[in-house]
Amino acid sequence: MQISGALLFQLGALLAALAVLGAIARRFALSPIPLYLVAGLSLGNGGIWPVAAAGEFITTGAPIGIVLLLLTLGLEFSATEFASSLRHHLPSAGVDVVLNAAPGAAAGWLLGFDGVAVLSLAGVTYISSSGVIARLLEDLRRLGNRETPAVLSVLVLEDFAMAAYLPLFAVLASGGTWLEAVGGMIAAVGALFAAFAASYRWGHHVGRLVAHPDSEQLLLRVLGITLLVAALAEFLRASAAVGAFLVGLTLTGETADRARRVLGPLRDLFAAIFFLAIGLSVDPHELLPMLPVAVILAAVTAATKVATGIFAARRDGVARRGQLRAGTALIARGEFSLIIIGLVGTSVPGVAALATSYVFVMAIVGPLLARFAGGPSPEAVRAAQ
Amino acid sequence: MDVKEVLLPGVGLRYEFVSHKGDRIGIIARRGGDFDVVLYDPADPDQARPVFRLTDEEADTVAQILGAPRIAERFTELTREVPGLEAGQVHIRPGGPFVDRPLGETRARTRTGASIVAIVRDEDVLASPGPAETLLAGDVLIVIGTEEGIGGVEQIVDKG
Repeated sequence: MQISGALLFQLGALLAALAVLGAIARRFALSPIPLYLVAGLSLGNGGIWPVAAAGEFITTGAPIGIVLLLLTLGLEFSATEFASSLRHHLPSAGVDVVLNAAPGAAAGWLLGFDGVAVLSLAGVTYISSSGVIARLLEDLRRLGNRETPAVLSVLVLEDFAMAAYLPLFAVLASGGTWLEAVGGMIAAVGALFAAFAASYRWGHHVGRLVAHPDSEQLLLRVLGITLLVAALAEFLRASAAVGAFLVGLTLTGETADRARRVLGPLRDLFAAIFFLAIGLSVDPHELLPMLPVAVILAAVTAATKVATGIFAARRDGVARRGQLRAGTALIARGEFSLIIIGLVGTSVPGVAALATSYVFVMAIVGPLLARFAGGPSPEAVRAAQ
Repeated sequence: MDVKEVLLPGVGLRYEFVSHKGDRIGIIARRGGDFDVVLYDPADPDQARPVFRLTDEEADTVAQILGAPRIAERFTELTREVPGLEAGQVHIRPGGPFVDRPLGETRARTRTGASIVAIVRDEDVLASPGPAETLLAGDVLIVIGTEEGIGGVEQIVDKG
């Protein structure tokens, strides 16, 4: 075995740099995603630090990051929670799609992009970051608040919508026709319900297939099966991400809990690598001209998300301030918008640059607005008393 | 008491109730087993003020402290559904004939038809104790049976 000193050194320096950046972001209760993107940007084309050896690892690791993000999302998902969200917040989900996909689509249309790019921008502005928002609610200690179930329900329904959107989009992005794309979407949604039914009826059998008291065995089994299913889905042009999501859905109960714990650190590592790869793939020179558009789009879609949150929270009978808290909590966009960008790749010039700078703005502004909107934090109130 | 239960997708469950003093109290049961206890501000009933957070194990201990005296009450509720069946508590007094002797020696069920379903000892509850279980002074036996049966068990542990 040939050990590449350059690879080890570059990767080690990169991870150490990410650790410092992440610590700085957390210090101000912000998401580290924007900083990871900047780090990726500084490494890529025309960047400051050329990392040839680690660059290859980053580009190979990025798809694993996507797969792990979606797998853990599927593991979090439960059919009862989905059904309850659907019952209480279907109208909120409708408002969410209409208000938040439209600005992205309109921006793409005004900029003269083609159909695939317009669809991708609609997805980028629609999907909130459940990772960033869950962490935010925890940090701001809002889990007990009356508006929080509405926020979480909207997120669950968005995640499910992604499962229909991704295969449709993946087929189109890879040059398929609309007919093929709709076929892919129907197949994926069908597979989704089949996975639901399977996890409901035979979940314990599937669980037994992968369950093992030894963490190492559990990790290898779950990861192995997930990558196989993801590869199969990719082969069928239905997006590896959806395949991974399906595997996560099928696992339930104790096995899902343990798989989540075992896979957590691995997911964090490869997600960071995925964010780096996105930054790496964007040319910084394309970024600057897109920044004004991204800021305008950010302002518009921040407002539409606030409106979505207000609508959803009002359905739960929450008062004015709580409605505002729900709205601002939903602003942050993050990992899923980036996954969409990852699927577009560089096929349409300009889209990746616009979407990356958009996510960059939203991942910073979202948590900030959520923190300062909706009145003082409970700690501040107590300190003042 | 009216306890409202709300699903928190991805997090767990939230229970909410109003105490007799008018405090609105919320308990968040997380999927991981941890619990958050929060209090709602009367000024903004939508905003929760965190009070404390318990791990799985700590929550178990708190539940036992709060729950042990209620065991008998719960059995009473249970037996209400069968006519004639009742639940009672029988205390083992210091110096009684069966202190430090196995439960089986009382031959309580053979003699009275009533069953000893649990022993409450300090904060612990020993569910369905076997005949070899040694009785200690201060134990409380939870007995299920007819009214006479429970009275009989009381007689036996007091007088032998």
